[in-house]
Amino acid sequence: ADYSPFLGIEKGAVLQEARVFNDPQLDPRRCSQVITKLLYLLNQGETFTKVEATEVFFAVTKLFQSKDIGLRRMVYVMIKELSPSADEVIIVTSSLMKDMTSKTDMYRANAIRVLCRITDGTLLTQIERYLKQAIVDKNPVVASAALVSGIHLLQTNPEIVKRWSNEVQEAVQSRAALVQFHALALLHQIRQNDRLAVNKLVSSLTKGSVRSPLAQCLLIRYTSQVIRESANNNQAGDRPFYDFLEGCLRHKAEMVIFEAARAITELNGVTSRELTPAITVLQLFLSSSKPVLRFAAVRTLNKVAMTHPMAVTNCNIDMESLISDQNRSIATLAITTLLKTGNESSVDRLMKQITNFMSDIADEFKIVVVDAIRSLCLKFPLKHRSLMNFLSNILREEGGFEYKKAIVDSIVILIRDIPEAKESGLLHLCEFIEDCEFTYLSTQILHFLGIEGPKTSDPSKYIRYIYNRVHLENATVRAGAVSTLAKFGAMVDTLKPRVFVLLRRCLFDNDDEVRDRATLYLNTLGGDGAVVETGEDVKEFLFGSLYIPLVNLENSLKNYEPSDDAFDINSVPKEVKTQPLAEKKAPGKKPTGLGAPPAGPPSTVDAYEKLLSSIPEFANFGKLFKFSAPVELTEAETEYAVNVVKHIFDGHVVFQYNCTNTIPEQLLENVTVIVDASEAEEFAEVASKPLRSLPYDSPGQIFVAFEKPEGVPAVGKFSNMLRFIVKEVDPSTGEAEDDGVEDEYQLEELEVVAADYMLKVGVSNFRNAWETMDADYERVDEYGLGPRESLAEAVNAVINLLGMQPCEGTEVVPNNSRSHTCLLSGVYIGNVKVLVRLQFGLDGPKDVAMKLAVRSEDEAVSDAIHEIVASG
Amino acid sequence: ELCPTIKNILLLDSEGKRIAVKYYSDDWPTNAAKEAFEKAVFTKTQKTNARTEAEITMFDNYIVVYKFVQDLHFFVTGGENENEIILATVLQGFFDAVGLLLRGTEDKKEALENLDLILLCLDEIVDGGIILETDANVIAGKVDSHSMDAGAPLSEQVSLLLFHSSDYPLAKSIATILTYLGLQQTITQALATAREHLTRSLLK
Repeated sequence: ADYSPFLGIEKGAVLQEARVFNDPQLDPRRCSQVITKLLYLLNQGETFTKVEATEVFFAVTKLFQSKDIGLRRMVYVMIKELSPSADEVIIVTSSLMKDMTSKTDMYRANAIRVLCRITDGTLLTQIERYLKQAIVDKNPVVASAALVSGIHLLQTNPEIVKRWSNEVQEAVQSRAALVQFHALALLHQIRQNDRLAVNKLVSSLTKGSVRSPLAQCLLIRYTSQVIRESANNNQAGDRPFYDFLEGCLRHKAEMVIFEAARAITELNGVTSRELTPAITVLQLFLSSSKPVLRFAAVRTLNKVAMTHPMAVTNCNIDMESLISDQNRSIATLAITTLLKTGNESSVDRLMKQITNFMSDIADEFKIVVVDAIRSLCLKFPLKHRSLMNFLSNILREEGGFEYKKAIVDSIVILIRDIPEAKESGLLHLCEFIEDCEFTYLSTQILHFLGIEGPKTSDPSKYIRYIYNRVHLENATVRAGAVSTLAKFGAMVDTLKPRVFVLLRRCLFDNDDEVRDRATLYLNTLGGDGAVVETGEDVKEFLFGSLYIPLVNLENSLKNYEPSDDAFDINSVPKEVKTQPLAEKKAPGKKPTGLGAPPAGPPSTVDAYEKLLSSIPEFANFGKLFKFSAPVELTEAETEYAVNVVKHIFDGHVVFQYNCTNTIPEQLLENVTVIVDASEAEEFAEVASKPLRSLPYDSPGQIFVAFEKPEGVPAVGKFSNMLRFIVKEVDPSTGEAEDDGVEDEYQLEELEVVAADYMLKVGVSNFRNAWETMDADYERVDEYGLGPRESLAEAVNAVINLLGMQPCEGTEVVPNNSRSHTCLLSGVYIGNVKVLVRLQFGLDGPKDVAMKLAVRSEDEAVSDAIHEIVASG
Repeated sequence: ELCPTIKNILLLDSEGKRIAVKYYSDDWPTNAAKEAFEKAVFTKTQKTNARTEAEITMFDNYIVVYKFVQDLHFFVTGGENENEIILATVLQGFFDAVGLLLRGTEDKKEALENLDLILLCLDEIVDGGIILETDANVIAGKVDSHSMDAGAPLSEQVSLLLFHSSDYPLAKSIATILTYLGLQQTITQALATAREHLTRSLLK
């Protein structure tokens, strides 16, 4: 039934068939069919080996003998697909150059595209003359082929393509629409670094008439760019070129109208007067019969609603009718826009509409809606009752894990931020765990109940919900419930007797963990009958944060061998393991030579500490606070590969240079690193440990130690020079000559930054940890980060600057967010715990503002963190 | 990069299998990555009705516009900041050009039997991510121009047209020849309108 001309096609057989390309009497039809089969195979993901590809390529070149146009077209496509190597390209160059000067337009156009695709710079100078002619060829297909090829070639051979700008400029005036488009794109790329020239280009073209809609879209983009860049020095008066953008709203092509409307909405500091005409055309699009137009319009309005909700309210009626749009992407965008623009009085009506809508959209859209409702609730706290009800209703309906998690997260946030919503929110969560199929969510909620429940007016009403879990759930949830019960017992003395009774029942649970927890709590909380207030130290012991990454604890426990020495929790490393930087920086770096890859440097504090303390010069530096990931000081694939690990001690810094010699014919001796610390004033070199010899492919280490003020997070820049005696080696015997030559090799600079004094140490529950930290040592300030690429980029930059551990996944910024909160935790030099709460917001289209709140065990450290941000 | 960019063009069948695809971006470096993307696109769009108007969706920071006919599923993908209407214009050009090239029999079987035309069609629409042409008549004209010999004098081409009219719809052949001759764009455009009238009267 499912007939296909390619049924049972097999690569080997097709490659055999390709022999017909060599026939003295070519059969164009047959040859075309074979090429189609080859292309089909490639298109289906089949690959040719190097040998196969070469054979096919040579066979295909024979087909230039045929005059058949159809076959020639297939040959062009085939050559592009095979992307031949440089020495193969030579074979077809003359044929393609002949076609390039052919009288047949189709040959000229295609030969240009093929030749430019496969050529390298050297050949380009030979054909440059033809390409320049082609750009102004009266046949638009030929001109476009040359221009588009020019756009591609500009990436690899800019200096050559830039010489064509006279011809390209002429082509911008072409009467053929697409030639104009391609010429404008190329001309702008040639001039993009010359602001004045771009300005001139835009001023002249916005006056004239660009015929092609695509070219007009380009012009709008270039104009927006010019407006953006001139914004700073043109404060007063009307915005230049605004009239042009507004005029484009009346263009006959929809793509131009939309491009202009979007450009206006994205203007820096756009006023409502400027916005109005753009919003009007977008509103018209909302009721278009074409889904693409509706989508484009609602997506743009959704973005506008984040910064100018009032400007979008005129479209609310159209938006509401889009809630029932067949295309659920459109419906979701409409709903979330309405949630942003809606006022307090429309919330209830909107919620009713959304309730109907929720049942027939996919989970991923529901999550978007839940997020929007959460923001709405934070905006209108008075409406928490109806919004909380909505959330609890959808919590009871069918849905996958991610969706349920989004709802639970939202309820938790509302409970935290809106005190009035607390009690009802907690009860909704209690009801949810009565019938919750996700162990993760049940345990998270139980944990949260344990924190918030005891602080409510009537903690006793939660006990029943919690205890129900103990006999209806799996062991994980049961263990969680036992801990929550214990928390109520520890916090609320009046509940102690009841809690003890319940905990005692848990002693008969058939799961070890559940029984162990119950036993622990009963013994520490005084379950022997006496009802006494639980001491702070007991609470801290039972429920305090663990300043150890759980992964590390797990590893240490696995490695612990039963012996007379008890397991010591202080032996667990606190550093969060991160991906070594070196691996990311030098991707695809192959092990050099025949030998095994260079032995990796040690990667744990223990191993480093052992290594360093074995060197007498460093033995009295004390305890190693932190070591950095290796930082590459050489480019990949250079003669000598060097990376450096920074070891931070309280009063010293040791640089460990890991060196590899990648030249088989060389032996290096007396290898040292000469460090110039003139840009690191607080550092003084105290010791250096050179490497006696560095044979090929056998890594070695050089150490240089610096003294710095005790406990002070000194920063600075160090330049490095590798100095050594090089001796030639006979590769066949491996013997080095006796005489060597002294030589030097410049390495890249290295910096000690503030983040080097910070250990990435996570906390399991940030809020808990934050609240147990003394609020007196909190320091809050706001910072403008200026224009950034994106919110995510800004968040990342601050995390990297501080070198702290992001908590609770807050380093991830959801798409299209306008604001974001990021939680960080770490230990600062001197073993001071630090917590940071970062709130980011977009201020205008690109400008990022940040509020930084720091809590730490030492107010000087809190100030120091601000210092880092302020100077970074 | 300010120039409108196409990330890929896909023609899949009603089970999501490839008929012809072309990727212009390094976002999907391996065949496995490409297949995963195609599967995701297909699953997301499968249940929608994109037969009268082109539809649109957004996921993984890509905008995908699509249109279906019979068991052929056409997709064009762009980045999340791309002008949706430009993407839709490319899709429409591809969709209509394939329609012209398959002479109205738009299904998978016909598409596979004319795979050479479809591959040439893709080659004429986008070059390395840059839009080459969006007018379906011009695209189809360029692809099909090889059914005539370029060097032949005009009279021969006209007689060829008559020959072709027995197995092609007449209007189609006229359009083809005119487009071919009229690579001087003005003629093409003037006659494109004529062709439309002609097609309508012939199909009645």
